[in-house]
Order: sequence, then structure tokens, then C-alpha cells
Amino acid sequence: MAARYLKPMLLILSLYVLYRGHNVPGGGFIGGLMAASGYILYMMAFGAKATVEQMWIKPFALMALGLTVALTSGFFGPLIGELFMAGQWISVLGVKLGTPTLFDVGVYLTVIAVILVIMIAIFENLETWN
Amino acid sequence: MISLILLPVLIPFATFILLLFFRRAVAINQFFAILGALVQLVVSLLILFRVSDQGILVTQLGNWPAPYGITVVADLFSAIMLVMSGLIGLSISIYSVSGLNKNYHKGSFYPLMSVLLMGVNGAFLTGDVFNLYVWFEVLIIASFALLTLGGSKAQMYGGLKYMTINLISSMIFLAAIGLLYGKTGTLNIADLALRMRETESSGMIATTGMLFFIAFGIKAALFPFFFWLPASYHTPPVTITALFSGLMTKVGIYAMIRFFTMIFVQDQQLWQHLLLTIGGLTMVIGVLTAASQYDIRRILSFHIISQIGYMVVGLGLFTVSGVAGAIYFLAHNIITKTNTFLVAGIVNHIKGSFDLKAIGGLYRSHPFIALFMFIPMAGLAGVPPLSGFFGKLLLIIAGFEAHQWLITGVAVLVSLFTMFSMIKIWNEGFWKKQPVTAAVNNKEKVPYTMLLPVIVLALLTIILGVAAEPFINLSTRAADQLINPAEYIQAVLRRSS
Repeated sequence: MAARYLKPMLLILSLYVLYRGHNVPGGGFIGGLMAASGYILYMMAFGAKATVEQMWIKPFALMALGLTVALTSGFFGPLIGELFMAGQWISVLGVKLGTPTLFDVGVYLTVIAVILVIMIAIFENLETWN
Repeated sequence: MISLILLPVLIPFATFILLLFFRRAVAINQFFAILGALVQLVVSLLILFRVSDQGILVTQLGNWPAPYGITVVADLFSAIMLVMSGLIGLSISIYSVSGLNKNYHKGSFYPLMSVLLMGVNGAFLTGDVFNLYVWFEVLIIASFALLTLGGSKAQMYGGLKYMTINLISSMIFLAAIGLLYGKTGTLNIADLALRMRETESSGMIATTGMLFFIAFGIKAALFPFFFWLPASYHTPPVTITALFSGLMTKVGIYAMIRFFTMIFVQDQQLWQHLLLTIGGLTMVIGVLTAASQYDIRRILSFHIISQIGYMVVGLGLFTVSGVAGAIYFLAHNIITKTNTFLVAGIVNHIKGSFDLKAIGGLYRSHPFIALFMFIPMAGLAGVPPLSGFFGKLLLIIAGFEAHQWLITGVAVLVSLFTMFSMIKIWNEGFWKKQPVTAAVNNKEKVPYTMLLPVIVLALLTIILGVAAEPFINLSTRAADQLINPAEYIQAVLRRSS
């Protein structure tokens, strides 16, 4: 039962880690691992099938989405006449947002998806063995 | 503006993402993969023309200036290699439409191939040693997955050896990068080329160079490190082997040529002895072990090793003509070697076997196909006027010019043995009668998607040989840029050297 409540908490924590990552330890990769660990916890309790069923976006689509986001972040520079992957920043209500953040979001999504694909492959085997 | 030279990396990446979205739809997958490969080839050709006209192209990722950020740079050598990778990518993606089992199409063959091409192109384009390491990892991870995609026991066995030895090589590579950075404080290739020319030779630099030599030697399957290649290359479907034979070991050779011409300019005597000895041994051992094999794929796998030896010898001469010979030979070998594997795939398609003892009579039953199979094999053996002849001729002339009589003699002898292996495949597979005892499935028709890449690559083998002069000039210019890197340094660092 604990897994059901721990998963959203881990997801929120992972989002916080993702956001603080630009200046202090954290970032997309660690955040993605944390979010994935929430799902893995859920998977341990309820099985791989139930976990995938309650995800809005399936892992492979999530992987593609994450990579698209990361790739898109590179194109903001060329859009205003600078070089590819040159960082662009805007400030929304005192919160600094920029293309490196967007790139990190892409990394975050991709890491979640890759870890989940690997874990699902392992868990499905475990389930057939048991 | 997106710089033109980023596109060879971005196109396969975009293709990969697109293919992930349509993972289950085989037809869409094939369409986008071929389209992506075609665009990539066109872009690579554009880059080659532009580099040839206007000199070296450079861009800095994210606007960080040269020695600090990641430099992406295309000189002639990179551009030639990019065209080769585009060519192989396109040929393989057309060939595998019918040359590969449906299960592979569903099992992410095309997305993985895109990642492999991205890694290969990235490695050719980067101007930063650590970035080169990253691209090596990208292409090696994709190749692990491709090698074991079918999941058969033999593939797992071969894949395990391949993976272990490549991880060791990556570790050595990383250690060498650490030493290099500790010694010079920079990892930008242009900056390194500049600083190493001002640095005295020392034990530290020789050690670092040796570590790089071992790391690239493992990836390129040089003499003492080649055993992973014959252990793994015959296990996956022949399409995947063809892709690997064209690109994987060649990236190792590319890195070796770039490093030992531009960066490790000290102790040239030492490197020359080492490269010539290792190159000679690689040639001889590769060709001798190939002669004793009867599986077509195994013969060809051992020949990859022996041909790599030629390129190392060309590099080891350390003259412009030697390196030019190595570059020409590299381009010739990528085209011809891949084609021989594709031909082996067609033989397997018709006869259902790779074993030379079980097949025969292909010349009588498929004369037209046999002709296009003969060309790459003759090209590999070095029959004039095909490309292999000029590749070997350039190396042999360069060897005589450098007064390396022994190694040049060895190269000529090895060439004869290569001829022997190719004649063996021809005699056993095409000339002799089909053995009656062996039960094989005789398929008459060969799908045109399998035939088209073979014909195009065979024609390129002829063109590269018959109209050799512009290609030889191009590789000489590329070699000149490598040996005298002033233009490269100037283009990247934007200051006079």
C-alpha cells in the first residue's frame, strides 16, 4: 500500500530536483532516476502490467517525447540567429526559464522512459519465472 | 542558422525519434529510415563539395569559443568519411527491406541503425577528444543492441565477447583522455595539435599515445586485439554484419589516423616501427586465418582484419602519399567490404546457406547476379582496374618511396592470398556444380531491393578504379590537411599558428 502514496511524493520530489538542477546539485538525470524509482516501487507492489496501464504515456512514446523536447531546445538559438544550442533565457513571474531547462526536461523524460523500459523487461521475466 | 555540418548528426537523431513514434508500423518505419538515410547522404555530399571548395568548416556548439566548448569541424578527411557513412546507411536501409527477417523490423532495427549512424557521424565530425569518446559510446551501445537483436544463443555468446572487450577498450580510452588532459590541459583537437608541436617528447606522452593506440586498436581489430571480431561478426544476420563491417572498425581506424597524424607528432620513429609491425602482422594473420575457413561470412570477417592492416601500414609510413593511400584504401574498403557481405546475403537468400561446401552452381543459375557478385570480390582482391588495385598500388608506391621494402613486400604477398580467398569463394560458390547431397532451398528470385544496393556499390567500385584520379587527388589533399594541420588549427582557433 505504501507504494501507492510514495509514488506521487517521489514524483513531486523529482520535479523539485529537476528544477533546482541548474545551479545546485540535481538536474534531469537524477530527477528522472527518482521519478523512475517511484514507478519501480509501484511495479514491485502491483506488477509491470498494472504500472504501464496507469501511465498516460507509454514508455516508448515517453522516450520519443523526451528526445523531441531535448532536440527542440537546441533550435531556439538558431531561431533568433545564434548558433545551435546557444542558451536563451526568459523570466516568467520571477522564475528564470531557459532552453537549458527545457533540455533538462527532455533528459528527465527520456531517463524515466529508458529506466522503465529496462525494468519492465526485467519484471516481465521475473513474473514469468514466479 | 543551423550549421550544415551539424546536420549529419541531427538527421539520424530526428529519424530515430520519428521511428520511435512509429515503432510498430513496419512500412512507415522503412519509409522514414530510407528517406532519412537519403537526406543524410545528400547533406554529406554537400559538405564534401563545400569543404573541397571553401576549406574547413567549423561551428561551436552553444556559442562557447573554441578550446572551451565542443567544436564540430569538418575537414576533407571527415567529409570523405561522412559520405561513406551516408552511402552505407542508404545501401543497408534499402537492402534490409527484404534482406532482413520481419522480426527484426518489429524489434527496432531501423531506430538502432539511426543511432549507430548518429554515433558514427558524430565521431567523424567532432573536434574534441572527450566528445569523440561520447560518440564512440553512442555507436557501441547501438551496436551491442544490433548484434544481439535476434536473441539467439550464438548471438548472445558473440555479443558478450564483443561487449566485454569493447568496454575494456573504452576504459583504456578514458584513462588515456585523463592523462592527455593532465599533461596538456586541453582536449580540443586543434588546440592539442598546436600544443603538442611545442611540447618536448616525454615518457608521459608516449604512454598516453600507447594507451590511445591500444584503445583504437581494439576497436579497429588490429593484430593482438582482433579476436572479438571473428567471434561475433558471423552471428547476426548478414545485413547487420555488412553495416558493422562498413562502419565500426573504420571509426577506430579514422580515430587512429587523426590522432597519430595530428596529435602524437613526437616519437615518430617509435610509432612508425609500432604501426608498421602491427599493420604487417594484422595483414598476414588475417589473411592466413581467412584461407582456412569455409563459411563465407567467416572468410569475409577475417578479411576485414587483414584489410585493416593495409590502412595501418599506410598511416605508419607517415608520409603524405602513405596517409593518402590509407584514406583511399579506407573509402574503397568501406564500399567493397560492405558489398561482399551484401552479396553473401544474396547467396544465402538463394541457397539458404553460407557454407561453401553446401552451395555451388550460382554462375549457371544466376549469371547476371554472379557478375555483380564478382565485381566486389575482384575489387577486394585488387584486380585492375577496380578500386582495390589502386588502393594497394598507392600504398605500395608510398612504401617504396619511404624505403620500407620489407613491409611493402609483405603487402604484395598478402594481396595474393586475398586473391586466393576470393577465388575460393568464386570457385566453390559459383563455379562448381551444386553438390547433390546437401539439402538446400533453392529460391530463384532475388528481390530488387536486395539487388539495387549491390549493383550501385559495385558500380562505385568500378568508378573509383576506372576514374581514380580525382579520388586520389582528393585523398592526397585530405592527407595533406592531416599532416600539416595549420589550416585546421587556424579554422578552429581562429588565430595564426
